[in-house]
Amino acid sequence: MKHLPSERHTLSILVDNEAGVLARIVGLFSARGYNIESLTVADVSDDHAVSRITVVTNGPPPVIDQIMAQLDRLVPVHKVVDLTDWGPHVEREMALVKVAGVGDKRVEALRLADIFRARPVDTSTASFVFEVSGSSEKVNQFIALMREVGLVEVARTGVVAIARGAEAV
Amino acid sequence: MGTEMTGADIVVQALTDLGVEVVFGYPGGAVLPIYDALFQQNRIRHILVRHEQAAVHAAEGYARSSGKVGVVLVTSGPGATNAVTGITDALMDSIPLVVLTGQVPTHLIGTDAFQECDTVGITRHCSKHNYLVQETARLGPVLHEAFYIARSGRPGPVVIDIPKDVQIMKARYTKPGVISHKTYKPQVKGDLAAIEAAVDMLAAAERPILYTGGGVINSGPVASQLLRELAKATGAPVTSTLMGLGSVPDDHPQFLGMLGMHGSYEANMAMNKCDLMLCLGARFDDRVTGRLDAFSPTSRKIHVDIDRSSFNKTVRVDLAIQGDVGSVMEDMLKVWRARGHRAADQKAWWEQIKGWRSRNSFGFEQKGDALLPQKAIQRLYEMTKARKPIISTEVGQHQMWAAQHFGFHEPNKWLTSGGLGTMGYGLPAAIGAQLAYPGALVIDIAGEASIQMNIQELGTATQYRLPVKVFIINNEYMGMVRQWQELNHGGRYSESYSDSLPDFVKLAEAYGWKGITIEGPDDLDAGIQAMIDHPGPVMVDCRVAKLANCFPMIPSGASHTDMILSAADERGEADDDAKALV
Repeated sequence: MKHLPSERHTLSILVDNEAGVLARIVGLFSARGYNIESLTVADVSDDHAVSRITVVTNGPPPVIDQIMAQLDRLVPVHKVVDLTDWGPHVEREMALVKVAGVGDKRVEALRLADIFRARPVDTSTASFVFEVSGSSEKVNQFIALMREVGLVEVARTGVVAIARGAEAV
Repeated sequence: MGTEMTGADIVVQALTDLGVEVVFGYPGGAVLPIYDALFQQNRIRHILVRHEQAAVHAAEGYARSSGKVGVVLVTSGPGATNAVTGITDALMDSIPLVVLTGQVPTHLIGTDAFQECDTVGITRHCSKHNYLVQETARLGPVLHEAFYIARSGRPGPVVIDIPKDVQIMKARYTKPGVISHKTYKPQVKGDLAAIEAAVDMLAAAERPILYTGGGVINSGPVASQLLRELAKATGAPVTSTLMGLGSVPDDHPQFLGMLGMHGSYEANMAMNKCDLMLCLGARFDDRVTGRLDAFSPTSRKIHVDIDRSSFNKTVRVDLAIQGDVGSVMEDMLKVWRARGHRAADQKAWWEQIKGWRSRNSFGFEQKGDALLPQKAIQRLYEMTKARKPIISTEVGQHQMWAAQHFGFHEPNKWLTSGGLGTMGYGLPAAIGAQLAYPGALVIDIAGEASIQMNIQELGTATQYRLPVKVFIINNEYMGMVRQWQELNHGGRYSESYSDSLPDFVKLAEAYGWKGITIEGPDDLDAGIQAMIDHPGPVMVDCRVAKLANCFPMIPSGASHTDMILSAADERGEADDDAKALV
């Protein structure tokens, strides 16, 4: 069943916010040979008891099912939701993009950033740091364009995602 | 709100409250406070092993034979790392254990202190769950929760790492009521609609088979009873994995014997040709399925398992029912009866099975004078069966021969390392079982290579006057390794000869055991009888034919229908794809 075409899935995992949980999740992926495209984690509850992990993974549908089942049986996992299966959802990512240069390239970088609604959050006479957010695709495009105008460094958050509509997962 | 006591006292009090009678362990610097607390009480018995790996296997043997949670206590660093093999073994075979490990004091964690290791990091992948307890007040709740997690759902080992300062500090302890966990909630009852669908499929099947596993044993003795009722109601043949042996009596007319790589021809053929497979608490392990794309191609498959991740892991099933296998079988029987089902006409199916059975695939031919290992195990069975013995094994040919030729009639009588295949398992497991059942006849069927992996435990049996028997099938080879070298590597027996063997009789005597040698067929019965008659521990060195192979066998990479029944069927060397399989 590993020969079936691979699909990209975004998973939301609600876990106890305690030491070692992230290692458990990441360890499960590496031990069983599952892929991680991106991973984000942060505490999301008022009492700091629950963290939300967003994992973008890929694999054939039976492997995705196995990933869900394996995650679900970990003791500190509250809930696992496959947002890709769930339905419409929003995925966003943020990147900090450092561009160095002077003259025309610098002007062009600013102009492109404006089109992408990327905000300069740091500047010197020879550089900018832009903050850009959006879908991974948009972030990729922005970074590709910046390469031509003096890209020197990128930091990305990885994907966070949430279902559309009134309902909570 | 409870009494204030030290962490070490909390550990002992909680274990007492949890009904623990026996702890297997080995002391060391980081657990001295707990050992001191054990010293000052007499409700919990501590069994001092000779190596921490054996403590875990002994706890497994205790747990498997009694259905209770096995408890282990070891120190930090090497104590914990030595326990890792046993913990992994328990995870693979779903055995409920709680393993307490000492740890360096909290302020030294992360400093590479003496006998420090990252126990929770190391055991994260080989335990069902683990804890590092950083506050004494958490000890009580964690211990109670750990027992709940170890024994509920799909059972498994839970590790609790306890820094030394946490053992010494004081906190209040109260015995909690019923444990419920905020995230961990195993599903016991199966979905009724799915159960009804399963019953209808079963009733309509012309060639059904019940494929049962260790889950039936884990579910408790009632599950084995329910399985027998289900077999009776449906008239279906039953086969069992290595882990499930004993849930249906060996001589039951519907029992086809063990299936899989060294299973019976009739069991494997019936799995291949059935039209409906009901898998009860088994997991489609690679030893069972053989080549996956040729596994039971014509059947619809129903899978009952308490662990959702077992479904569709390697074999796609048509209907998955998550729940305790005993509870699901009970509901199946209710629905079966309520709907007035009668077993479909399976005459043609049983005729076919009869044909496969007539191949007598566990048969063996006596050639020459040497004692055949199969014969030795058969006689061991015949001569001990009235005592309803508990059998443990090591890993290898002797293990498979024991599974084939020793008849099991009840659950919890068969203790073997299935998933991990751990040589050195059998002696400590026998010690654990003997502690659970002091009056039982407990025999470790061993190989001369495996037994040396935890041979030091002879001393443990002596110390606690445990009359365990070790029956060594001695062919002077790591037999299964040699067999694979014969089949797949041109008979080049690389490092598989058991050279420089000890004199097992003298070794036994050195530890205060009785030693017996069986030189050949003529000594066999007398040797077995002498072993049974001796009230203390006995080691039998049973010399058998050196080059016997374990048949029948599904060669690696082959399907159920390509079984080798005897040496005469052996074909040339396997291709590279097959050679790459284990």
